[in-house]
Amino acid sequence: MSREDYEIVIGLEVHAELSTNTKIFCSCPTKFGAEPNTQTCPICMAMPGTLPVLNEKVVEYAVKAGLATNCEISRDSKNDRKNYFYPDLPKAYQISQFDKPLCENGYIEIDTENGKKKIGLTRIHIEEDAGKLNHDEFGGGSLVDLNRAGVPLIEIVSEPDIRSSEETEKYLRKLKSILEYIEVSDCKMQEGSLRADVNVSVRKKGDTKLGTRTEMKNMNSFRSITRAIEYEVDRQIDVIKDGGKIEQETLRWDEVSGKTFPMRDKEDAQDYRYFPDPDLVAIKLSEEYIQNIKESLPELPESRKQRYLEDYRLSEKDANLITSSKYLSDLFEEAIQVCNNPKAVNNWIISDISRILNETEMEPVEIPFDAKQLGKLVILIDKGTISSSIGKKVLTELFENPRNPEEIIKEKGWIQISDEGAIKEVVLKILEENPQSIADYKGGKDKALGFLVGQAMKETKGKANPQMLNKMFLEELNK
Amino acid sequence: MQVSREEILHIANLAYLNLEENEIDSYILHLQDILGFANRVNNAPVENIDITIGSNEATNVFRKDEIKVFEDYESLLQNAVTREQNMFKIPKVL
Ligand SMILES: [Zn+2]
Repeated sequence: MSREDYEIVIGLEVHAELSTNTKIFCSCPTKFGAEPNTQTCPICMAMPGTLPVLNEKVVEYAVKAGLATNCEISRDSKNDRKNYFYPDLPKAYQISQFDKPLCENGYIEIDTENGKKKIGLTRIHIEEDAGKLNHDEFGGGSLVDLNRAGVPLIEIVSEPDIRSSEETEKYLRKLKSILEYIEVSDCKMQEGSLRADVNVSVRKKGDTKLGTRTEMKNMNSFRSITRAIEYEVDRQIDVIKDGGKIEQETLRWDEVSGKTFPMRDKEDAQDYRYFPDPDLVAIKLSEEYIQNIKESLPELPESRKQRYLEDYRLSEKDANLITSSKYLSDLFEEAIQVCNNPKAVNNWIISDISRILNETEMEPVEIPFDAKQLGKLVILIDKGTISSSIGKKVLTELFENPRNPEEIIKEKGWIQISDEGAIKEVVLKILEENPQSIADYKGGKDKALGFLVGQAMKETKGKANPQMLNKMFLEELNK
Repeated sequence: MQVSREEILHIANLAYLNLEENEIDSYILHLQDILGFANRVNNAPVENIDITIGSNEATNVFRKDEIKVFEDYESLLQNAVTREQNMFKIPKVL
């Protein structure tokens, strides 16, 4: 049997850090990157006798996420303790939700080759993050920083509806964009604000029973997730083909070797002894509360996409790319407000801006310039102040040292040459240097004109007005 | 419910407690008592009773999302057996 005879089954548990000001059960700040243990208090350090009090924003954000992903919102919910020992968990239990999560039975739609596909969401629940273990370079010990302990998370659990690494990436990107749009998480993957546990199994096509799954924890880049799934699927199929059995276990993906390794002792089957946290009271949500949040939801990516297709006649592909990130989509809309040229703004975003983002592995939210500056750039080209090739240089400059594009072109001397005398001088010089092209043109080869214009642009370092060049070359050649 | 001498020593070791030889027997008795009580609770008939959430009928006790910095984080680190770079230093974990 070959790989094609197997079906891949994937389910994801995604953890998203909520962008609240304070932690889930205490008033400590949640800012990333603070000095170790300076954002802690007796509650998140688990001092005896302290009591947790739930942050109202955490409930609101989780309900928002649920509504934006077509979930049913539970009117009755509660917090439970999940017990386990690990040095990053000061209470020796994590406050999470067990049998009454805030949101259940939702779905997210992704676009596949065969049209739209729904990926089911089992649940979304709230819980607290653990601390961070740093490794001591000298002393050979570990160092515990509890700044992250108690930072609010939502865990979004999907059904095992995903069938490939491509679908996994599409699902994750869609989920990420929804969370960004409703502004409940900044989804910065490098900082760990969005991370996924990936469950993978394979089965022979046609089988209805799920194969034994393995789990890869805390994956935080699209690239590693794709690579890890591809590796793990091949490994599992090889084991089965050799007559072996897949062990249900937690694996660690190693980026350097490109392989997965068992993480925990399998015999140590976890029993989390969940029970309702007696320090916290039940959560009861009224119809009115849920209705209010529903009404406060902003426009979601799918709806923006439809609008771009209809109002701006963008292609499906371009509209998908722009709406995949709230930041790009906002940049697009705000730049149009400035320059009133949707087509040009679209072109800048899908070609040059996207290319630079890819090359520098930057997230859209890290784009250093603003919509006004992009809009100004478009205006300068539309007015003929600069050519589009100079425009590309201005864009590079905007990425490196963002400022008003008008200032950039003045400073760099990039203003387009539109002076007739100056253009004529260049045209005559180029004609003199290229007698063969003149002969070619007169012999009926129209391409020669393009060559001459190109030479003149080169001569002026891209600053000559191309329309004027064209016109003047024609005048001279037809004399 | 029988607690063995080995179990008491193992638990003491996990909890970083140094037990004197003459304390071991009394800890065995104490822990047996506690486990015996837990067993009584375990055997209580609860089949048709709803799960208790919190210790009273209150619901929806929330906090506003407002930062209050706990200034005296120094005191929080006082319990650290070993401290390095403002962090708790513990035996190496992978
Ligand atoms: Zn705290």
